[in-house]
Amino acid sequence: MTTRTSPVLVAIAALIFLFLVAPLVIIVGASLSDTTYLAFPPRGLTLRWFWNIFEIEAFRSTAITSFQLAVLGTTLSLLIGIPAAYALNRYRVELPKWLSTVYVLPILVPEIVFGFSLMKSVSVELGVSIFPSLLIGHALLVLPYSVRVVSASLASFDFSVEEAAISLGSPPLKTFFTVVLPNIRSGVIAAFILAFITSINDVSVSVFLTGPGISTLPIQLLAYMQQFFDPTLASVSVLLMIVTVAVMAVVEATLGLTFLTK
Amino acid sequence: MKSWTRWALAAPAAIAVVVFLIIPVAGTILTTFGDPKGVFAPYIAFYNSGFRRTVLYRTLEIALITTAISLLLGFVAAWVVARAPGRMRSILIIAAVFPLLTGVIIRSFAWMIILGKNGILNNFMLWIGAISEPLPMLYTEGAVIVAMVYLFTPLMILTLVGVLEGIPEDLVQASLSLGASPAATFRQVIFPLAVPGLIIGSVLVFTGSFTSYATPQILGGERQMMMGTFLYQRAMVTFDWVGASTIAAVMILVTFAVVIAMSRLARRLNPVAVA
Repeated sequence: MTTRTSPVLVAIAALIFLFLVAPLVIIVGASLSDTTYLAFPPRGLTLRWFWNIFEIEAFRSTAITSFQLAVLGTTLSLLIGIPAAYALNRYRVELPKWLSTVYVLPILVPEIVFGFSLMKSVSVELGVSIFPSLLIGHALLVLPYSVRVVSASLASFDFSVEEAAISLGSPPLKTFFTVVLPNIRSGVIAAFILAFITSINDVSVSVFLTGPGISTLPIQLLAYMQQFFDPTLASVSVLLMIVTVAVMAVVEATLGLTFLTK
Repeated sequence: MKSWTRWALAAPAAIAVVVFLIIPVAGTILTTFGDPKGVFAPYIAFYNSGFRRTVLYRTLEIALITTAISLLLGFVAAWVVARAPGRMRSILIIAAVFPLLTGVIIRSFAWMIILGKNGILNNFMLWIGAISEPLPMLYTEGAVIVAMVYLFTPLMILTLVGVLEGIPEDLVQASLSLGASPAATFRQVIFPLAVPGLIIGSVLVFTGSFTSYATPQILGGERQMMMGTFLYQRAMVTFDWVGASTIAAVMILVTFAVVIAMSRLARRLNPVAVA
């Protein structure tokens, strides 16, 4: 039997959740307003601000860049992150303890310090051009998610299954792809999604690395916001929220959202 | 397997972190010690400048207030979520996760619509007659704090839900049925068991708000500069890289000090937990 939670607490919690959800509802409302300025409640309903997004070349090109960065950066981070996570779990005793700390450094160091340092060293000193610099930044930024989430799912994997396959003559690499990987599939999907979302929303690292001609969508939004204050901003936000909803649906279908409270 | 196999697997990611994170960040910190006027000259200059000190204190103040309010709101919300029946619980978790996955730009932008001169709040207060002309609410410390609380409360809720769910209902029941008041039960049973979660949540929110860039940029502007926006301004507007590096070093120092102090505290309060 459980105690009933006090109605006062429930009422306060309801207000807190209202506070969390209302601003997003306001953005959706403002994106539909038939005015040239941002208005809520919307005056007249129109979808023209959504069409306006596609008329603005800067939004189109930066959206493509952001998407490419998120896919490539996340893939790169998984390519180096999965072997690292595997090694951490398989050779827990043999490998030094500090190694797992090294992999999570990108979230321990303040993002803005990381972005600034990367700009100074990679873009300026080494002269790496804009897109590869951004790619390095994003891949590093999301590496902790790849290592930690894949590691968490490897922690419950029974390595004796792998040993059995190998001792029966299966080559190690083939064993990894046919025995280990299928067992950590959900972890890899979760890592991909968390990393993808982190990359596509990133501001603090990208702000130093974007340059003439190449920018990301959040940086473009930030720049647009300083000059204009029209419903296009709200409609771009709504499109990004639709992407988030789609992602949440995938998480729910593969892992269940409660996974995120662990 | 031979020992080179495990290093061949572990090394690529470790090398990437060393080459693209540790060396560049160490380089940033090292440049602050190269001043001919003395090793600590940039730091002395930082401390002697009233403006720079103000930015540091403002950032600390905003981060502390944000952490305190998020703790309070997050605790109440997480308690109700943890005790909610299954279906309600999932809905509430979604309501917390969704803002968390939405970009920081979008979430800060929402507060521009709410707090602007012709924003929702001003229009509403004019309409009910509470004020006779719009209040300037954007570009104030209050605006930054409200947006930061909005930004970080979901993180606090999700951190605490797991911890609060782990507190056995029987324990709360036992305390209440043995005559402890709800307040005493909270103070002596629930709170001590929730401490590890509260510490993790506080560290996440404090370091997140202390190092934030987008929110103070959008809602604070030039007038409410914080360490993050200050660093960007020094680096990309005035091209004072040593100045920017000094800010970066101070930011690292504060975040690492907080993380270490809080994990020490966690260990002392709960000797069983390995922080």
